[in-house]
Amino acid sequence: MTEATAVLEGAHGPKPRRTFSRRNIFLYGTLIMVALYYMLPLYVMIVTSLKGMPEIRLGNIFSPPVEITFQPWVKAWAEACTGLNCDGLSRGFWNSVRITVPSVIVSIAIASVNGYALANWRFKGANVFFTILIFGAFIPYQVMLYPIVILLREIGLYGSLWGLVIVHSIFGMPILTLLFRNYFTSLPEELFKAARVDGAGFWGIYFQIMLPMSLPIFVVAMILQVTGIWNDFLFGVVYTKPDIYPMTVQLNNIVNSVQGVKEYNVNMAATILTGLVPLVIYFVSGRLFVRGIAAGAVKG
Amino acid sequence: MAKIAAIPMILTALCVFVGGTLWTVVYSFTSSKLLPKANWVGLDQYERLWNTNRWIVSIENLMIYGICSLVFSLVIGFVLAALLDQKIRFENTFRTIILYPFALSFIVTGLVWQWILNPDFGVQNIVRSLGWASFEFDPLYNQDIVIYGILIAGLWQGTGLIMVLMLAGLRGIDQEIWKAARVDGIPTWKTYIFIVIPMMRPVFITTLVLIASGIVRVFDLVVAQTSGGPGIASEVPAKYVYDTMFLRQNLGQGFAASTMMLLAVAIVIIPWAYLEFGSRKRD
Repeated sequence: MTEATAVLEGAHGPKPRRTFSRRNIFLYGTLIMVALYYMLPLYVMIVTSLKGMPEIRLGNIFSPPVEITFQPWVKAWAEACTGLNCDGLSRGFWNSVRITVPSVIVSIAIASVNGYALANWRFKGANVFFTILIFGAFIPYQVMLYPIVILLREIGLYGSLWGLVIVHSIFGMPILTLLFRNYFTSLPEELFKAARVDGAGFWGIYFQIMLPMSLPIFVVAMILQVTGIWNDFLFGVVYTKPDIYPMTVQLNNIVNSVQGVKEYNVNMAATILTGLVPLVIYFVSGRLFVRGIAAGAVKG
Repeated sequence: MAKIAAIPMILTALCVFVGGTLWTVVYSFTSSKLLPKANWVGLDQYERLWNTNRWIVSIENLMIYGICSLVFSLVIGFVLAALLDQKIRFENTFRTIILYPFALSFIVTGLVWQWILNPDFGVQNIVRSLGWASFEFDPLYNQDIVIYGILIAGLWQGTGLIMVLMLAGLRGIDQEIWKAARVDGIPTWKTYIFIVIPMMRPVFITTLVLIASGIVRVFDLVVAQTSGGPGIASEVPAKYVYDTMFLRQNLGQGFAASTMMLLAVAIVIIPWAYLEFGSRKRD
């Protein structure tokens, strides 16, 4: 095949690149197979959520729906039961929104100021605290679960939304502080010095110089935190009460409840709904998301 | 002023990370049940812990999951990164597809794979309906292989990240090295194994630490996919701690178990920190 086309084309045209060389077939073949494998669960989720229960019982989870129905989506969003509440995942969704928004704002506010103080002001003992913080990132959460329960109980926030906000701010702090510290360190120091000479103080420099210059890193931090906090399960289940359970916890309760007939289509619709927010963020933010996780992974 | 602004960080570092950890370790030597109480019982909790079948199963599962997950995610992650590094077209598309599971939570991951591995509807059913009637693939209902069912889901979720890190590592390799290897007539695979991989040592170590600290935390995935079942066959330490502390009100036991987890992490982290920061001082 390839030789025949090569003969037909003769010697003219651009640089002769054999599109169908054995290497390319192997390379793209493997990658396409891998990509299909990775897409498969998403496909199965969508297909299942659009089928009716009778069709699911008959058939094959990979086959496309014969009759498309949006009933499972409606039911998952507005009618599915967890315990006594039968108002669907919408409750969990709004809880997650109410948890995620303040947690993201508070954690980023704290961490950016930390990073700024560490990068530009280098007070005595700063590096000791920073080292503790970084090592803290590796301590299994289970070790600190109960002490935090006690701390929250002492300040009267155990089981409340703001208690959870504090927990997310604490556990987001190591990685975010690292992110901001590295970013602020990379900014030219002359800027900071010039502002100091002009008499600007700690907050003046932070708000008027550092903040406007570091929009990209704030976006990266936001992506990191929104997906992280939205996907959290452990803290949600430990530090909140059932009426403010985040979406992940509620989803798990709906799907893994032992009572009643299993409605796989509703379960899958609920699962997609829960994954939707981080997925949209991922597909919209693209490179910034990758930058966020790479920054999170590679220590500075 | 800087110090005042850093108060949240100082409090977190001292009260939560140092204080909380020490507190848990100290109270693991007590017989606390529903509430933490300071009646010392020495190493009793640890003795009971290592005599509990559930904990032993958890540790075994963590070992299997951990080793497999390390090996497979490093190998798959590296191979995929190497494939993507061949100046291919649609690199971004492939990368986006392979990385998207990483944006999903473990709960979502666990539930999808619970559905795909469902023996009555999922993969097993389909292969059987194709004519192979005795085909068996029901990891989530078989005590002996349930942990591999979780591994499949875990790898699906996490390999994308490893691939991205490896790809960044590969891009950091000087192109001259490739040219030199080509001039010397060294085959590509040999260049990878004997030249490129040794050069990527820092990336591998970082990735290793990252995967390892993630493995110890495995909790939501198991809760969503199997709830520790069938029986106790897919229990993991993180779940053991949660269950004993918050469901069975046996705090002392939970503290002892979490201290063991801390110990396990310390064994991985301390040599790494020594290598990483020790060598940096020498530079």
